[in-house]
Amino acid sequence: MRKNRFPLLMTILVFGYAFLYGPILSLIIYSFNESRLVTVWGGWSTKWYGELLQNQAILDAAALSLKIAAISATFAVILGTLAALALVRFKRFKGRYLLDIMVAAPLVMPEVILGLSLLLLFVAMEDVLGWPDGRGQTTIVIAHMTFAMAYVTVVVRSRIAHLDQSLEEAAMDLGAKPLKVFFSITLPIIAPALMAGWLLAFTLSLDDLVVASFVSGPGATTLPMVVYSSVRLGVSPQINALATLIVVLVTIAVAIAGYVMYRQEKLRQLEMNSK
Amino acid sequence: MITWIKQINWGKTAIIGTPWLWLSLFFLLPFLFILKISLSEAALMQPPYLPFIRGVEDGLVTIAINLSNYSLVFEDPLYVNALINSIEIAGVSTVLALIIGYPMAYAIAKAPQHWRLPLLMLIILPFWTSFLIRVYAWIGILKNNGLINNSLMSLGVIDQPLEILYTPTAVYIGIVYSYLPFVILPLYATLIRMDDSLLEAASDLGCKPWKQFLTITLPLSMPGIVAGGMLVFIPVMGEFVIPDLLGGPNSLMLGKLMWTEFFSNKDWPVASALAAVLLLVLIVPFVLWQHYERRQEENAE
Repeated sequence: MRKNRFPLLMTILVFGYAFLYGPILSLIIYSFNESRLVTVWGGWSTKWYGELLQNQAILDAAALSLKIAAISATFAVILGTLAALALVRFKRFKGRYLLDIMVAAPLVMPEVILGLSLLLLFVAMEDVLGWPDGRGQTTIVIAHMTFAMAYVTVVVRSRIAHLDQSLEEAAMDLGAKPLKVFFSITLPIIAPALMAGWLLAFTLSLDDLVVASFVSGPGATTLPMVVYSSVRLGVSPQINALATLIVVLVTIAVAIAGYVMYRQEKLRQLEMNSK
Repeated sequence: MITWIKQINWGKTAIIGTPWLWLSLFFLLPFLFILKISLSEAALMQPPYLPFIRGVEDGLVTIAINLSNYSLVFEDPLYVNALINSIEIAGVSTVLALIIGYPMAYAIAKAPQHWRLPLLMLIILPFWTSFLIRVYAWIGILKNNGLINNSLMSLGVIDQPLEILYTPTAVYIGIVYSYLPFVILPLYATLIRMDDSLLEAASDLGCKPWKQFLTITLPLSMPGIVAGGMLVFIPVMGEFVIPDLLGGPNSLMLGKLMWTEFFSNKDWPVASALAAVLLLVLIVPFVLWQHYERRQEENAE
């Protein structure tokens, strides 16, 4: 019976992955298209990459997006790790249920609502406190930290939940101070999850169009905003080239992260087995 | 059991307090502002709405609460249609995503063990690349002179290009494509935990494979179906980018309408009222989803 089902399952997977990867592959192929008409093939060329690298608006926006993503991912990891520690290590505390909901809600909350509500908050805060002074980088970072920390919490939480606490207890029996235990035992063990969380937060921030559009001011235009406005004006071969660069960079980053995590997991298992 | 965490006196407060404060300030509080502004009157000023407290006259504080934004949202056919349209598009796409995602999750769960991780990675990888760009890729494929129409015409299947882009079909394709990983992952998680001995017992007792699937596998994977469905339904209700780029004027959804009210019409109170209504519609599925998640967690423990 198993053997008979195998071809059917394989067919499903082949079609499924074709659906997932077809559009991305077509983007990559057409980014090397000589013709300006995006769907007419005019021979191989890399000229759109050259034009892309001359496009100052896109380069500036990319630099701003990378900066915002790096800052917000770092703070999201700190906040998300604290939330994960609170939820895993303290079973009962006042407001636990609320924290649980507040951590899960941004995962599914429509972006338009998040963006709108945060903008209204920032406007009111500026009115009352005089801060933030206008909207731009800072407000985007705050917004991105808030929704990215939810994703970090999910990733780190499961890692902490599966962590073998006897190592921490052993260190404490030997007289290590709590902070020392955290930095020399707990942190290294959960480091792969923190790294995965950071990468996730980084790409989420880099990718976000809707929330950033609401909370940014005239001075701060992120990469998705530039892409979005140029896509609305029509399909442009430069955007194909940009998309290809993003796909290649992300694939490399994910491959490296996956390899590092795989190696660490292997090492950890080896250590466990040798004990 | 004592862990390091419980030994720091200020630690518990700091560890719980920091994320709690942050989320209350930047996640919970903003919703109160939505509520407040949805009850205000629009005005041509900065910010574009009138305050509640209109000043003190004769020792009386005048508070103006304005419900007209809500009555507008529930009476004007434009908004009512957008709400119905959003529910319909989100509902249909959720079902479509489950129909496509379920067999894939099942196939991955039944794949040989050393294949599973790479197969899952391949599901997640597109999710890491830009969402906007993945939606944009479909424009080139669905256009009148796009990949699909060009191939079909050169093969002689059709003479006239099929109109797909800027129709609801394109919106469904875009949504299902973008949200597929969100249904596959939770479905896989429940399917992989399933005890195969139940199926073996059923087949020993002469149960046919399709009946085994309907009476055992499908009911047992319900938590995954609900979780995956919610992960599609809730965000799609407020989806803005996909209908805007792939859909025509007929696929008006709440997210797009909010965007227009906010940025083009500068009517913040109506935009806030729309957001409040959308939130209200979403609270029920969200609570349901949380309930299922909790139950799943309890089952796993």
